[in-house]
Amino acid sequence: MARIVGIDLGTTNSLVAYMDKGTPRVISARHERAMVPSVVALTDNGLIVGDPAKEHLTRNPERTVYSVKRFMGKSLADVQGELAYFPYTLTEKGGVIRIQLGEKSYSPPQISAMILKELKLRAEAFLGESITKAVITVPAYFNDSQRQATKDAGMIAGLEVLRIINEPTAASLAYGLQKKTQGTIAVYDLGGGTFDISILKLKNGIFEVLATNGDTHLGGDDFDQLIADLLLKDIRAQHGLDLSTHPDHMQAVRLQAERAKIRLSEELKTTVSLDLPDGQGRFSRELTRDQLEALCIPLVERSLGPCRLALKDSGLNPTDIDEVVLVGGSTRMPLVRQRVQALFGKEPHCELNPDEVVALGAAVQADILSGGTTDMLLLDVTPLSLGIETMGGVMSSLIRRNTTIPASAKEMFTTYVDGQTGVDIHILQGERELAKDNRSLARFRLKVPPLPAGVPRIEVTFLIDANGILNVMAKDMRTGETQSIEVKPSYGLSDQEVERMIEDSFKFAADDVSARKVIEARLDAGALITTTEKSLTDGGHLVEAEEIAKIRAALSALAAAKEGADPRAIRGRMADLEQAAKGLTVAMLDDSLKQGLQGKKISDVT
Amino acid sequence: MSGHTHNADDRRELQMARSMCWHCQSEMAGEYFCDRCVKVQPVSKDLDYFTCFGLPRRLAIDTQVLESKFYELSRAFHPDFYQNKSDAEQSISLGNSAMLNTAYRTLRDPIQRAEYLLDLEAGSVKDIRTSPPADLFEEILELQETLDEFRESDRSSEHASTLRAKLHTDRTNLEERQRDMEAKLQQLFSRWDALQDRGEATEQARAERTLILKDMRDILSNRTYVKNIVNDLVATIA
Ligand SMILES: Nc1ncnc2c1ncn2[C@@H]1O[C@H](COP(=O)(O)OP(=O)(O)OP(=O)(O)O)[C@@H](O)[C@H]1O
Ligand SMILES: [Mg+2]
Repeated sequence: MARIVGIDLGTTNSLVAYMDKGTPRVISARHERAMVPSVVALTDNGLIVGDPAKEHLTRNPERTVYSVKRFMGKSLADVQGELAYFPYTLTEKGGVIRIQLGEKSYSPPQISAMILKELKLRAEAFLGESITKAVITVPAYFNDSQRQATKDAGMIAGLEVLRIINEPTAASLAYGLQKKTQGTIAVYDLGGGTFDISILKLKNGIFEVLATNGDTHLGGDDFDQLIADLLLKDIRAQHGLDLSTHPDHMQAVRLQAERAKIRLSEELKTTVSLDLPDGQGRFSRELTRDQLEALCIPLVERSLGPCRLALKDSGLNPTDIDEVVLVGGSTRMPLVRQRVQALFGKEPHCELNPDEVVALGAAVQADILSGGTTDMLLLDVTPLSLGIETMGGVMSSLIRRNTTIPASAKEMFTTYVDGQTGVDIHILQGERELAKDNRSLARFRLKVPPLPAGVPRIEVTFLIDANGILNVMAKDMRTGETQSIEVKPSYGLSDQEVERMIEDSFKFAADDVSARKVIEARLDAGALITTTEKSLTDGGHLVEAEEIAKIRAALSALAAAKEGADPRAIRGRMADLEQAAKGLTVAMLDDSLKQGLQGKKISDVT
Repeated sequence: MSGHTHNADDRRELQMARSMCWHCQSEMAGEYFCDRCVKVQPVSKDLDYFTCFGLPRRLAIDTQVLESKFYELSRAFHPDFYQNKSDAEQSISLGNSAMLNTAYRTLRDPIQRAEYLLDLEAGSVKDIRTSPPADLFEEILELQETLDEFRESDRSSEHASTLRAKLHTDRTNLEERQRDMEAKLQQLFSRWDALQDRGEATEQARAERTLILKDMRDILSNRTYVKNIVNDLVATIA
């Protein structure tokens, strides 16, 4: 069986992992960290992904897409409130959001597919084989449309998505594998864009989810936004400047806000400073951890509500939880740790790298599916109740939230009028009374043979599969005939649209091979630039000024080539730089040998 | 009073599970896998949840046994383990898992378990009550009026706080009633189990069975009714 990789498709960062003889490992490209920022930029040389794309956030904000996960499975109306924060342009076509990049517009699954492709390439380069199958993680609290959109993204990227699994449960697999824990655990996952809480019972290799809850719109991005708003207000007060008309500076503010937030996880105060537009000087202010916490506490408190609900749904008290596991970059914030500890009354575990644990768990699940791991089994639940609209616009629940999946429910339908040939069914997801307050998943028309009212009996089966995705089947109880139902998703791509996007992406497949060469060359170039710059700092004093000038020239030539899409040109400029820096390298080597000898002499003497 | 005798019903269920393998057509011995070709079999629609978990049809069950049997069958049926199998086997695995999960959810909860048993034994799930049970009629009618009055009142008024206080008392009373009903149910459950354990086939035993089932059904539907009222009450005064 072909290898299956595990992918954490995150709001801010994505990773790919694989199972190496019973141990899950994340894959990093040469000289690079394993995390690929979930950023896609349209440059003059085409679309780029990850760290190089992140550099375009401030340079080219209108053409650089980040946090696309927030738009998966959503309509424009759903995200109206936050459109102003995004410098790129969003439109809508057929209920699906479109992101404008230059001439073309892309659906969120297509943008996500670009990130997935980058991970696929990395895995292929690392493992030396072609990768076509994957397990991809989603926030546990993702609804059907959001899961479906993620599956679509995988297909567009040329990946067969064998399973969609929930991020906190994936984390529990990695955690359970490493710690051999038994008992009840709570996984608290606060990432860049989403929050999940899952409560699981671990017993003899079975990972049974008892309840899950969350907020698909709560994460580090929101903290950054609060800090950014504060900075923008300050800039307006101090300098009379309104940066909202400067998308590039808005992005710079957001990035500085995030950096300050991260520093404040270690330090008690920090300074934020940034250049103002059109040479109007520099803005600078101090931010303390107390100030940050005062800003963020309402958001952190908001995550505790879902925790209490999950406890209630699993019929447990905080004291029944044996271990609390923290996942996601935002759980590095001391405030988050404090609140979680206060709620559960015990110190949370954070030994596993919160950035990697989800991808590692996805790799474990991939190994279970390929038959490698046989002693572990995850029994997950559906996060939201599923139902249909009944008379009076009320939702009638068929499968309750926190039901173990796969789950099915049957419902019998008949007609009210003689000769009626169809029954309209509206499928909903959510916890509210009224249909209109819940998420509309799909509508379809059940075909019914024309008969007197009340005579037809059509049994409809609603089945939520192990991915948490809905399948619908209908059976005419009089004839025993089954009916295949084409469900038109309310907020998603139709099968034909996905088909077309897959074709589109195949058209670019030929470019992919060269794309990989470009990516690798760029990565190598980046590494060389970093080491050479370090050598200049450490050993610049050892060589003539003229030589330094030559090195600097070669450095900027390489930096320019790295922006381009010609791998040969990049490799060529790398060779030039290595040549130019040879003298420096030798001088530094000599110097360190000398230092070493001196060291020895001193020790000899004493 | 030991449970060593299987009653006639239990045996009939087991036999109904016997059938032919969908794949190799050989005779099946009522288990979930074909003895010959080892292919997973669709769980029979006629198999009741108690039999599925190898449990006697009783209202007091060993939840440890239930759980470990659930885990064991999950390992046998879960789609994770059918990824490399044929489409037919994958779809059986999906159907069986969904059924197993429903069965486990039903038997795990004492009330759902009783409702399910009632359905098996008396062929009806539950009466859906639309009017208050006789012994609570006056009380609930009055409560509904207070609730309506409270909903229309100005929440900050003196009158509203009087009503709120009254609703709190009503809530306490109703919760007391719920506990009474649960205690009565428990008694009925034990009587049912004891009767089943004796396994007598006399006229008198049959009459007692019918009586217990009838009482159980009444209390279960009253309980649901009162529960809904209490939920409504709690939501209104929250
Ligand atoms: N030391 C730190 N202190 C505070 N926040 C941090 C720290 N390190 C990372 N973060 C924040 O964590 C977030 C990223 O976390 P992570 O990589 O887990 O998210 P993700 O998986 O991409 O998102 P999601 O799971 O929501 O889709 C960012 O908002 C980042 O600013
Ligand atoms: Mg994450």
